[in-house]
Amino acid sequence: MAAGQGPHNAGEYIGHHLTNLRFGEGFWTFNLDTILMGWFTGLLGIGAFYLVARRATSGVPGPVQGFVELIVEFVDETVKGVFPGDRKFLAPLALTIFVWVFMMNLMDLLPIDWVATATGAAGLHQWKPVPTTDLNTTFAMSLTIFILTIFFSFKAKGAGGFVHELFTAPFGGHPLLWIPNLVLNIIEYLSKPVSLAMRLFGNMYAGELIFMLLGLLGTLAAVSGGGVVAGAAAGVLYWGWAVFHILIILLQAFIFMVLSCVYIAMAHEHH
Amino acid sequence: MEQFAAVIQGYTALGIGIIIGLGAIGACIGIGIMGSKFLEAAARQPELIPQLQKFMFLLAGLIDAAFLIGVGIAMFFGFANPLLGVLAK
Repeated sequence: MAAGQGPHNAGEYIGHHLTNLRFGEGFWTFNLDTILMGWFTGLLGIGAFYLVARRATSGVPGPVQGFVELIVEFVDETVKGVFPGDRKFLAPLALTIFVWVFMMNLMDLLPIDWVATATGAAGLHQWKPVPTTDLNTTFAMSLTIFILTIFFSFKAKGAGGFVHELFTAPFGGHPLLWIPNLVLNIIEYLSKPVSLAMRLFGNMYAGELIFMLLGLLGTLAAVSGGGVVAGAAAGVLYWGWAVFHILIILLQAFIFMVLSCVYIAMAHEHH
Repeated sequence: MEQFAAVIQGYTALGIGIIIGLGAIGACIGIGIMGSKFLEAAARQPELIPQLQKFMFLLAGLIDAAFLIGVGIAMFFGFANPLLGVLAK
């Protein structure tokens, strides 16, 4: 970037790095960087697993296959603990969610200035590399889980059973209790996708923002008189947050997967 | 005009502090209670530590959720304050 062209203060820097590459206007705005990075991370993650599965041996596995088997077994154990029924659909869904969300979150560890330079060289002025910092991604996934929950509720209880349960659980079958039951059930059903989406979004967005703020803190401390020592001290803080964020990335992917499985398992329950 | 902008910004800054502060209180007390129960259970039955640890991390993520959502919203007000939009009209 030429001198004078870049951001002039901390606010502009952060604002520039937190804006998506948009296409279209109003309701029909597409965040191109979210879509493309979502596909890229999905292909990378799921594609890697597919390539390993194609050449899988039932003898002694190599290190890559061993690693993939580790993850698949871990997800299978988790799903088995949550949903004792037939998990031919749920376990692959859980594996997809876990791997894809983890790969998307992993993009948060890329230095944003390097991403900005690389995409700037390709002619794009904004690029957010982490799709899960976009509410669109997280709500898309949680709404899909919500639709699956409703679908499985219908399948397990039948249409009549599902409506009956909406009106009579949890307080009881007396007609006076139908409205409170319905209100409580609507709140419960709506809070699940919203909380699922907002949890992942909030963690990733705040994480990225704190990365930027700590970087700016280091720069300002070094430039405004602290010198190398102050900059290095801020760098230690930055490193500490990066280590913590690696845990958060894994944890949030795991939580999204477990909660999706729990909601779908709950949809199979009868009262 | 600057006075109005200053008033809005001042109150927004207060709001950001309250959101993050109260959220942090809740999250930290929650993690403290959960951690103490985990330590008690681990001391009583050390062979259950791996399983309990898995649930502990899950719960930690859930407890932190509302706090981090609050931090996200507060940061949004810090850098792209929509309340200042009324000044532009």
